[in-house]
Amino acid sequence: MGMLMTNMMAGAGSGVMLADADFTAHYLMPINLFGQKVFFTTTHVCTCIVLIAILALAFYARHAVLKEDYEVPNNVQNVVEMLIEFLDGVVANNMGRHAKAFSNYIMTLMIFIFIANTSGLFGLRPPTADYGTTLALALISFVLIQYSAFKTSGLRALSDLAKPIPILLPINIIGEISTPLSMSLRLFGNVVSGTVMMGLWYGLLPVFVKLGLPAFLHVYFDLFSGAIQTYVFAMLTMVYITDKRDA
Amino acid sequence: MNGITNEGLVLMGSAIGAGLAVIAGIGPGIGQGIAAGYGASAVGRNPGARGEIMSTMLLGQAVAETTGLYGLVVALILLFANPLIGRL
Repeated sequence: MGMLMTNMMAGAGSGVMLADADFTAHYLMPINLFGQKVFFTTTHVCTCIVLIAILALAFYARHAVLKEDYEVPNNVQNVVEMLIEFLDGVVANNMGRHAKAFSNYIMTLMIFIFIANTSGLFGLRPPTADYGTTLALALISFVLIQYSAFKTSGLRALSDLAKPIPILLPINIIGEISTPLSMSLRLFGNVVSGTVMMGLWYGLLPVFVKLGLPAFLHVYFDLFSGAIQTYVFAMLTMVYITDKRDA
Repeated sequence: MNGITNEGLVLMGSAIGAGLAVIAGIGPGIGQGIAAGYGASAVGRNPGARGEIMSTMLLGQAVAETTGLYGLVVALILLFANPLIGRL
């Protein structure tokens, strides 16, 4: 399924292609991996750019915080501290006594997803508009959720699946498996709908509406929707993990 | 029906199906509206809890949005990775 969706967003060339609207990822270079032909796509390039941007920001912040002639906190340090305190507050509000163990993971997730979602502002195709990226993120969270379940309740986590009555066992298993599916599809769907909308706007409309007006669309689709989906993804991860830890 | 190829027929059906699939957006629209309405009335009753109400409302809305996005994904698959063309 992941393969299918990746191909789909990579514009395999089947089906109808709109002439000028360009919102699919493109194949750049074929790679032979274990006898299977996979493609290096624009998604990989954009992911690398996003990662480099995050690394550069991190090194810049570190450089500013650990200056030689250190006397008073400078502006960069203030901004970084504000950000960290805000994210810490979000995690602490939602996870209670488990906040300390997971704040690093949740913050990494939030920073990556937010910068990936808003990279549409800088002309990139958001890496999260590819099902491969979001499925990977959701699977990491899924492993963490199930690990939490086994860590707190041991083998009782398995027998809990047949909890109210044993007949519900398959439904509970499907419920557990659908968690990463729904989380990844939610992020993917939101980001890709924004990307499609912007691609249609830029590709199919006359020139005079492409100047100035798209700014408002970018604010909604990239900034607002991106921030909300970041929050939702992190929030659901926190809720599920806390649920399993407190079981 | 003269002059319509099999492929054209499948493409036409897929396009209509994609259009029908995004009708799934009606449900989340209603659901999000209801959530926003109750959120507004909750803020009116207790303005102090605005932040918490907002975050709960947004989380609920985002979860409600998922079903609509499934419809969108089905439409995108029909348009850009049509599995039916290969069956011809």
